[in-house]
Amino acid sequence: MARIIVITSGKGGVGKTTTSAAISMGLALRGRRTAVIDFDVGLRNLDLIMGCERRVVYDFINVINDEANLNQALIKDKRCENLFILPASQTREKSSLTKEGVGRVIEELSRSFDYVICDSPAGIEHGAMMAMYYADDAIIVANPEVSSVRDSDRMLGILSSKSRRAETSAAPIREYLLITRYDADRVQKTEMLSVEDVKGILSIELLGVVPESKSVLAASNAGTPVVLDKDSDAGQAYIDVVKRYLGERVPHRFLNTPRKGIFGRLFGE
Amino acid sequence: MTLMDRVFGSSTNNHKGSAIVAKERLQILVAHDRAERNRPPYLSRLQKDILDVVRKYVNVDPNAIQVTYEQDEHREILELNITLPDSTHPITR
Repeated sequence: MARIIVITSGKGGVGKTTTSAAISMGLALRGRRTAVIDFDVGLRNLDLIMGCERRVVYDFINVINDEANLNQALIKDKRCENLFILPASQTREKSSLTKEGVGRVIEELSRSFDYVICDSPAGIEHGAMMAMYYADDAIIVANPEVSSVRDSDRMLGILSSKSRRAETSAAPIREYLLITRYDADRVQKTEMLSVEDVKGILSIELLGVVPESKSVLAASNAGTPVVLDKDSDAGQAYIDVVKRYLGERVPHRFLNTPRKGIFGRLFGE
Repeated sequence: MTLMDRVFGSSTNNHKGSAIVAKERLQILVAHDRAERNRPPYLSRLQKDILDVVRKYVNVDPNAIQVTYEQDEHREILELNITLPDSTHPITR
């Protein structure tokens, strides 16, 4: 049985798809058979971030509607044999994501994969509800910014009341916090909420902190999950995130700026 | 920022950053949102029904009844607060 992980946030633009691509690639590189599903029907983007946009033939909705089988729709990643992508439909109605159909596809994936990553669309509409419904674990992606933190808390409320685990009174979804676009320099100047602030407000386990980094845009430009850029700070942060998720004890990094020397302080900024 | 501030860093800098305001606002907001979503959905109907019953006997103002709901790990507390008018005239039936 696979573990179902939803990558969610409520707010848009915080890094859900970047995170879905990075974590799924990270898990696959560590030998876990991983499938990643794009739930953003009509605004498909995971394929682009994963660099397989030209190989999309069938999509998630085709599988739900029995117009294609799962093996036809799954795109095998060219860099890692353990990784498969199930793209969203670009043309169908969001309502095609039925609870029963989504459940059937996840159930089938569960039989042959170790992890199924559900890349949620922004908002709390149908697509987002379907992405989180079957989750065992949730990774809440938040920026250190008021609207993102508030939306994250709203999403925590939804996870604990509207998911399958909540409805069947099963053990609750395990919730993890991932803070992205973190700028330690601005935090030090108290211009930005700190990790401790966000953690304190949401009070869930911190899975990792990904620093604001030019490498994220470079990775999406190239269609390469940033986790493959092992020299970059963001790439290393995501590698740590995957290790932590798998139970390794890895200290948090990128929380502080290197202390500036006297010349840096005199002439910096 | 003066030259001394630059040299000695934020220790001489009493400027209160916007992140502190952000944190305070969020703490209040999130506490309020959480209290709201933990309230049972029947609370407003319960409040109306109780008020109707009380008003059969005492002529209280519709705003004179307050229902608060609190929850901690061990118990849920439903608190009813009804302010009776100074001179209570029981309604004779």
